[in-house]
Amino acid sequence: MCGIVGLFLKDETLQPKLGAMLTDMLITMTDRGPDSAGIAIYGAGSNGNAKLTVQSDTPDEDFEKLKKDLKKEIKGDVEMTINSTHAVLEIRADQVAAARAALREIRPNVRVMSRGESLEIYKEVGLPKDVAARFDVSSMGGTHGIGHTRMATESAVTTMGAHPFNTGDDQCLVHNGSLSNHNSLRRKLRREGIHIETENDTEVGAAYLTWRMQNGATLGEALESGLNDLDGFFTFVVGTKDGFGVVRDPIACKPAVMAETDQYVAFGSEYRALVNLPGIETARVWEPEPATVYFWSHNDSTLTEKAA
Amino acid sequence: MQTLDLSEIGLREVNKALHAQSDDTNQTAWTIENARGSHAIACGLDAPIEVTVKGSTGYYCGGMNKQATINVHGSAGPGTGENIMSGKIVIEGDASQYLGATGHGGLIVVKGNASSRCGISMKGVNIVVQGNIGHMSAFMGQSGNLVVLGDAGDALGDSCYEARFFVRGEVKSLGADCEKKEMRPEHIEFLKEILAEAGMDADPSEFTRYGSARNLYNFDVDNAGAY
Repeated sequence: MCGIVGLFLKDETLQPKLGAMLTDMLITMTDRGPDSAGIAIYGAGSNGNAKLTVQSDTPDEDFEKLKKDLKKEIKGDVEMTINSTHAVLEIRADQVAAARAALREIRPNVRVMSRGESLEIYKEVGLPKDVAARFDVSSMGGTHGIGHTRMATESAVTTMGAHPFNTGDDQCLVHNGSLSNHNSLRRKLRREGIHIETENDTEVGAAYLTWRMQNGATLGEALESGLNDLDGFFTFVVGTKDGFGVVRDPIACKPAVMAETDQYVAFGSEYRALVNLPGIETARVWEPEPATVYFWSHNDSTLTEKAA
Repeated sequence: MQTLDLSEIGLREVNKALHAQSDDTNQTAWTIENARGSHAIACGLDAPIEVTVKGSTGYYCGGMNKQATINVHGSAGPGTGENIMSGKIVIEGDASQYLGATGHGGLIVVKGNASSRCGISMKGVNIVVQGNIGHMSAFMGQSGNLVVLGDAGDALGDSCYEARFFVRGEVKSLGADCEKKEMRPEHIEFLKEILAEAGMDADPSEFTRYGSARNLYNFDVDNAGAY
């Protein structure tokens, strides 16, 4: 099963409520998957700096003095905001690689959840309501975000197996379904030098998109080629700095409902997830077509739809 | 008219109240308010009552229905009317995937579009869709009729048995062993009746009939290599 929600705000006055709206949507989807939950929030930019969201199972130990230690290692400014098991590190964009290398040395138990200018990913094992409360997601504002509640089928129930997966700067992926060729694809991607951490199928899907984009594809092109190269069932929702996209496999077993008004574009695995959104009674509600890539962007907020 | 507020009394109480109705009940008109995409609304009914659902429904609304008439004033989620035995389900909006799956009898009417796998494995139900239907519709359909006033998606009637399909618009592609068939007078007569029953205004002569080519019914030794 698994449940996915997504919300892309057109109306700026709703931005302070993004986290609260997404949390409500995600909690409604709890019975589609109670193993673990995660949320990706595209918040305020960081003045050209980069944000690394990191996680530790022993945050008291790992985050104490992390700011100071990392500062020393990269010889640059570090701002750190701790939020439960996660912390957001703000650093100069050109120091991201150095910071990741340094983290591996000085805090080997700290895992990177996401990187980007505006993206922050928070995910943990547990029910959506507990995960959302742990990070106080309801108080977060932003322009758009996606959330996921997991029923694990292909790999262990762990923080690293939870969604969303970071696929590149300010990019993330959530998945409902299961990929059947993830083992062979993982071997292929590792040979190409792509770092894959777990035995999780979705991480391979995310790594595949990263690899395609590193080789010059746009996200839209990467999703389209994914329709050929990824075998299995999927409804994907992808987040980008400017917006979000949706694609379903050609069989389209995994449910998906979308709603659009002048104020927002929303995605839910089921209509139930959307019923508390303002103006839902008069929204345009539809199911995204199979094997079709949909995109909404704050740069061009009209629907772009392309059959692959 | 009896009114049940789903958000106040919950799904089990709603369905319990409907299940308590017998063949000779006096309470024949029911309204369910605040559907809000909930699952299994008005499932397993077996009484000649009329139920109006206000709002969109989730999975399996009207599943296993016998006798009852269910009107959904909204759109309907996956598996609506699954295994319907008799009675009638009318959906004012769109219907999600596998509408009327394995339905044995009765009538399902969709005023909008129906999604993929509409009428999958149908066993006698009649389904009338005013708009379009998605891919793999009526897969392995055994009997009953699927009437579509709009277009059909890919692989209509794949591996079907004796279910009949009438499509007014385009069919994107036919599934394995499904073929175009001749429209005979009895088919025009049938369409006239079913369209009237569904409350649809369409000219039966504009429809094309599709059904099984019956090549998959028996094992063909020339195909042995494929097994």
